[in-house]
Amino acid sequence: MFAYIVRRLLWSVVLLFVLSVVVFSIFYLIPRLGGATPETLAARYVGRAATPETVHLTAERLGLLDPVPVQYWHWLRGVFVGAEYDYGSGSEHCPAPCLGYSFITKQPVWPELLDRAPVTISLVVGASLIWLIAGLTVGVISALRRGTVFDRGAMGVALAGVSLPIFFTGLIALAFFSYKLRITAPGGTFVPFSESPWRWAYSLLLPWITLAFLFAAQYARLTRAGMLETMTEDYIRTARAKGLPERTVILKHGLRGALTPVLTIFGLDVGLLLGGAVLTEKTFSLNGLGKYAYDGIVNNDLPKILGVTLLAGFFVIISNLIVDLLYGVIDPRVRLE
Amino acid sequence: MTTSALRDLVTRHPEQADEEPFLEVVDLRVHFPTDDGLVKSVDGLSFALDRGRTLGIVGESGSGKSVTSLAIMGLHTRPTSEQTRPGAQLSGEIYLEGEDLLAKSPEYVRSLRGKRMAMIFQDPLSAMNPYYTVGRQIIEAYQIHNPVTKKVARKHAIDMLGRVGIPEPSRRVDAYPHQFSGGMRQRAMIAMALSCDPDLLIADEPTTALDVTVQAQILDLIRDLQSEFNSAVVLITHDLGVVAELADDVLVMYAGRAMEYGSADQLFNRPAHPYTWGLLGSMPRFDRARSERLLAITGTPPSLINVPPGCPFHPRCSYAARNNGRSEEVRPELAPVEPGHTVACHLTQIERDEIWEHEIAPKL
Amino acid sequence: MNHSRSWRARSLAAVGVSAALLVAACGGGGGASNQQGSSNQGSQAAFNAGSTSIVNPSDKKGGTLKFANEGDWDTLDTGETYYAYSWNFARLYGRSLMMFKSAPGKEGNQLVPDLAEGPGQASDNAKTWTYKLRQGVKFDDGTEVTSADVKYAVLRSTDKQTFPNGPAYWDALLDLPSGYKGPYKSPNANTDSAIETPDKYTVVFHMKKPFAAFDYLAQQPNTMPVPKDKDTGAKYRNSVVATGPYKFADVQPGKSFNLVRNDQWDPATDPNRKALPDRIEVSLNVNADDIDNRIISGDLDVAVTALGVQPAAQSRVLQDPTLKENADNPLGVRLWYTSINPTVPPLNNIECRKAVEYAMDRTSYQTAYGGQFAGGDLATTILPPSVPGYQAYDLYPNGQDHKGDLDAAKKSLEACGQPNGFQTNIAYRAERPKEKATAEAFQQALARVGIQLTLKPYPQGDYFAQYAGLPPYVVKNKLGLALNGWAADWPDGFGFLSQIVDSRVIRPTGGSSNTSVRIPEVDQMLDKALTELDTDKRNQDWAAIDKRVMEEAVIYPGVYSKSLLVRSKNATNIFVTDAYGEYDYLGLGAVK
Repeated sequence: MFAYIVRRLLWSVVLLFVLSVVVFSIFYLIPRLGGATPETLAARYVGRAATPETVHLTAERLGLLDPVPVQYWHWLRGVFVGAEYDYGSGSEHCPAPCLGYSFITKQPVWPELLDRAPVTISLVVGASLIWLIAGLTVGVISALRRGTVFDRGAMGVALAGVSLPIFFTGLIALAFFSYKLRITAPGGTFVPFSESPWRWAYSLLLPWITLAFLFAAQYARLTRAGMLETMTEDYIRTARAKGLPERTVILKHGLRGALTPVLTIFGLDVGLLLGGAVLTEKTFSLNGLGKYAYDGIVNNDLPKILGVTLLAGFFVIISNLIVDLLYGVIDPRVRLE
Repeated sequence: MTTSALRDLVTRHPEQADEEPFLEVVDLRVHFPTDDGLVKSVDGLSFALDRGRTLGIVGESGSGKSVTSLAIMGLHTRPTSEQTRPGAQLSGEIYLEGEDLLAKSPEYVRSLRGKRMAMIFQDPLSAMNPYYTVGRQIIEAYQIHNPVTKKVARKHAIDMLGRVGIPEPSRRVDAYPHQFSGGMRQRAMIAMALSCDPDLLIADEPTTALDVTVQAQILDLIRDLQSEFNSAVVLITHDLGVVAELADDVLVMYAGRAMEYGSADQLFNRPAHPYTWGLLGSMPRFDRARSERLLAITGTPPSLINVPPGCPFHPRCSYAARNNGRSEEVRPELAPVEPGHTVACHLTQIERDEIWEHEIAPKL
Repeated sequence: MNHSRSWRARSLAAVGVSAALLVAACGGGGGASNQQGSSNQGSQAAFNAGSTSIVNPSDKKGGTLKFANEGDWDTLDTGETYYAYSWNFARLYGRSLMMFKSAPGKEGNQLVPDLAEGPGQASDNAKTWTYKLRQGVKFDDGTEVTSADVKYAVLRSTDKQTFPNGPAYWDALLDLPSGYKGPYKSPNANTDSAIETPDKYTVVFHMKKPFAAFDYLAQQPNTMPVPKDKDTGAKYRNSVVATGPYKFADVQPGKSFNLVRNDQWDPATDPNRKALPDRIEVSLNVNADDIDNRIISGDLDVAVTALGVQPAAQSRVLQDPTLKENADNPLGVRLWYTSINPTVPPLNNIECRKAVEYAMDRTSYQTAYGGQFAGGDLATTILPPSVPGYQAYDLYPNGQDHKGDLDAAKKSLEACGQPNGFQTNIAYRAERPKEKATAEAFQQALARVGIQLTLKPYPQGDYFAQYAGLPPYVVKNKLGLALNGWAADWPDGFGFLSQIVDSRVIRPTGGSSNTSVRIPEVDQMLDKALTELDTDKRNQDWAAIDKRVMEEAVIYPGVYSKSLLVRSKNATNIFVTDAYGEYDYLGLGAVK
C-alpha cells in the first residue's frame, strides 16, 4: 500500500512536469506557428504609447528573445532554486518555488497563489459540504417517494439548478438577498477564517448556497438513481428479512450502496473546483484562484496562467489519488490485498 | 378449504394431532396489479406445518413458491400512500401459532422477522451486503432483537459461525462476504438467519447456486440445526433430489396453486398428479437405461395473467382428453387419495392407478 | 479655507440655470425660480445635472467613500499610469506641476498650477519652460518636496524597460542625452540638457522642438514628485509616497487599497483641493454588474473606471424615472470613427471617399454603439465638443434625419468614375461587438449606393500592430475602411490630434492609430500650432487642422462617446469634469 502511494506521487510529479511543458508550448509555440515573433508577443505587454524600442526592451526583460526551451529551463530552475528579479532600481531574490512575476502587474506569482488559495478552498469546502448533504437528502427522499409530488418537484428544481448558469443565479441572488433584503453580505467581501470564523461563514453564505445549488441538483439526481438501483438489490430484502426497521434498511444498507459512485464523483468534483470556481468567483468578486486564472488568460499573462494551471493540476491529481485510495476503503471488494 | 379440512389432510405426528399446527396457510392469494393486467402469482394456496418438520415446496419457475414464502415473512410491498406503484394484494390467512399475520400491523410482523421466523436466500453473494463484514451483519441481526452490548453480540456471532461449521470463526467474523467460498458463504447466511433462534426457517433454493458436494453439506447442516432448535423448515426448491433428502411433507405447486400435497414417502412412491409424474420422469437417473428418452413435459408454464380456465395444467397434460372437457372448464380442487395425501386432478383414482402402474412407473 | 460661500453661491446659480433650462425645454413659459435652485440641496437633481453643475453641494468634512474597479488598477505608480480615471484619481494622492481644475463642466478643462506657483514660463521660442515650485509642500513622511524630486520623477518615467506602459511624451520631446536609459541604468548620465534644477524650487525643461502647449505636459501624473531613496522601481506601485491630501494604507495588490488623510499635507500650500472625505476605500476586480447594483442600492459610491453602466443596469436606469433622475450622461473626450484609407483603390480618389461620407447612415453608427445615452452624440468633426478648440461644422451633411444623402453620394461616385459603386473591405476588432455592429451598419448603408463591403474581423491585441495599422497589410488586403477610435490623453488639440492626423506617426512596421491621414500640409500646421503661445489662438489652429483633415475625407466621424453614470447616494459635490469626461474624484465628499 505504501509503495503504491509512493509510486502514485512520483507519477504525479511527472504529470506536473508534463503539464508545465504543455502550457509553455501552447503559449509560445502556437503563436509562433501563426507567424508571431517575440516582438509581437511582447507588444501585448506594453501600453499604447509604445515605440518599437519599448517593445524590444520589454521582449528582452521578459526573456521572450530566448529560445523557448531556454525560457523553460529558466523557469524550471526558478521553481527549484529561485530566481533574481530586476525591478529597475534594484533586484530582489525570488525564493524557491519561484513561479515568476506577472507580465502585467509585476507581482510575484507564488505568493499571490498562496494568498488566493484560501479563498477558493473556503468557497469549495463550504459549498461541497452543503451540496453533498442537500443532494443526498433530496436524492434519498426522492427515490423513496418515486413518482410523488415531492419527487417530481425536487427533480424539476434539480433540472433548473443544473441548467441555470451561475452568473445568472448569483447576480440575482446578490441583488435580492444582499442589496434588497440586506440579509447576506454584498459581493466582494471575504473575511479570512483566521480573522473571524463567524464572519467568514457569513461572507461566504451566498456564494456557498449559489454554488451548492448547482451541484446539489446533480447529486440529488445521482443519489436518486443510485438509490433506486440499490433498493432493488437482494441484500435489501435480506436486511428487511432480518427484521430491521425500514429507516435502517434505507440509510444503512440502501444508501451505502448508492454512496460509492457519489463519493467518487464528489472527490473529483472538489478537486476540479479547487482549481478555481471561475464563474462563482467572478460573479461574487471573490479573489480566488479561478479569478486569478481568468485574469491571467484574458491578459495573456503567462506566469499567472502557468502558476494557476500547475496548482489546479496539483489539486486534480491529488484528489484523483485520494479518490482511488478511498475507493478501497469504500468498496471492500476492490481492496488491494 | 376450511381449517379443519386442512388439518385432516396434513400428515401429523400422532402427538400433535389435536393441537394447532405451528404454521398454517389458508387460501392464500397474492395478486400483483401491473400495467399488463393482474398477475395472480399465488391463487388459493393452503398448507400446514408443525415444529420439527420440514415441508418441501416444489415447482417450476413462476409457480409461486418464492412469492408464498415472502408472503409469510411479510416482505411484499403493501400499497401505501408513499408509493405510486401499487404493491401486492394479499388475501387469505397465515397463522403462526394461532396469530393471523395478514391481519396484523406491518410493525408487528417486522418484529417477528428474524426473531420468530427467518429466511435464507438462493444467492448468498448478492443476498449479503458487500460493504459490511459478515460479523457486522450477524451482529446487526442479533442486536435488533436482543438488547445486548456489541461485545456480547460479537461473541454470539463467532459462536454461530462456529456452529454452522466455519473454521476459525473468530478470524472470519471480520471478513467480507466476497472473501468466502460459495459454501462457506451460505453457511454464514444460515448463521445470520438463525442467530436469534427462530422457530420457523424458510430456505428459498438454498443449494441451487452451490456445487453438488457442498449441497449435501448444507442440507446436512439444515437438518442438524432443525433438530437442535426444533424449528419448522419450509424448503423451497425445484430440485426433487433435495426434497427427497430433507422433506417430511411435499407440496407440488403449479401456476400459483397446489397440485399435489402429501408426505415425501407418498409422493415419491405413489405420485398421483400427472405433473408430478412429469417432474419425476424428467429427473435424470443413473440406473435407467440411457437409450430411453427423458419424460419431458411438453409445453411451457402458463401466463399468470391469463391463467387458462379449468385445470391450469391441462394444456400440457397428456391425459386431459380423458375428462370429456372438464379439464378445460372446471378447476379441480384438492381431493384425498389416501390419508394425508391429496391431489387436484379430474382423473379418477382408478384411471390414475392404471396409468401409474402401466405407463409411468416402468419408465422411472 | 473659506471657499464654502462662493462654492455654494456658484453651485446654486448653476443649478438654478440648469433648472431654468429644463423648464424652458419642457415648454413651460415661466422663468426659473430660485426656489427650484435652492431646493436642489438633496440628491433630487435632474438627469444629467452633474454634467454642468454640482449635485448635492456640501462642505461637510468627514465620512468614507467607496470606489470599485471591475478590473485591476493599471498602476498606482504615477510614473507609469496611463488611464484617464487613474489620472483623475491620482490628484487625490499626488500633486503635479499643473493640474486640471476641480470644477464642473468646461471649467474643469482649465489648467491651474498645483505644485508650481504659476503656469510655466516659456523662453527660447517655447523650447524652454521654467516652473517655480511652491514652498512647504511635503511628502507623507515629512520631507520637503524639492525640484530634484520632480526631475527624478520625470526622468524615471522615461525608463521604458521598467515602465513600458506609461505615456512616452517626455522620451520623445525632452532633449535627453542620446542612449539615456533612465536613472536606474544610466545613473551617472548628465541630464541637464533635458531638465535643470538651478535651485531647490525651480525646474527648467529643455525640449527638442518648440512646444507651446507645455502646461498640458506638466499636468501629467509623471511630474508628481518621487523621493529617490524610497523609489523601488517596478515595485514602487505598492508603496507610493504621497504629496496630496491623502496617502496610502493597506495596499493589497489586485484586491484593494485605501486612502487615508495625509497629515503632512498643508492646505495653506494647496488652493485647489477641499479634501472632504476622511477615507477612501477602493476595491479591485469587482464584478461589473455587481458594481452597478451596489451603486444603485447605495452600497457603493463610485464605479471608478467611468466606462458607464453595464447593459443590464442601463435599461433599468433609463426606464425608471427615479433612477434616471439620479444619473448623468457625460460626454467623454473620445471619438469613435472610421478611417477611410486612401492607399486602397478606388478610395485613392477623393470623390470616392466623399461618397462614403455622404452615404453612411450616422444614426446607425450611434445605434451600434449603444444609442444616444450609452453610445454617444452624432459626430461631424474630429475634435469632440469637450475639447477646447472645438468648432461645430458639417462638411458632408447627410440629410435631415442624418441617415445619409444618397443623391450626393451618387454624384460623388460618378465624379470618381464608379457610378455603380465599388467593392472593398472593412476591418474591425473581433472582440468588440459594437465595432462589428458598426461594420454591419456600414455594409447596409453603403450598399444603398452600390458600395459592397466585406467584413474583416481581426484580433484586438494586434489590430494596429499587424493588421489595420500595418500599411503594407492594408494595401494587400484591400482594407478600405477600418473601425477606429481615439481618446485623448488630455483635452487639447495636441493631445487629441497628434496621434491620429500626423502622418509622421505612421510606421511601415505598423502600430499607429493613424491609418489614413497623410497630409503634408496638416503636418506643417501641427508643428506651427505648437509654436503658438496664445492659448486661444492655438485652439483656433487646432480647429483649422480638424477642418483641413475632414476636407480630405480620410476620416468618417461616428459618435462623440458618452457614458451613463449613476450618482452615489452617499456622495456630495457630484459633478462631471470635462477634463476626463468623468465625475471629478477630487471634489467628491461623503455624507457619512
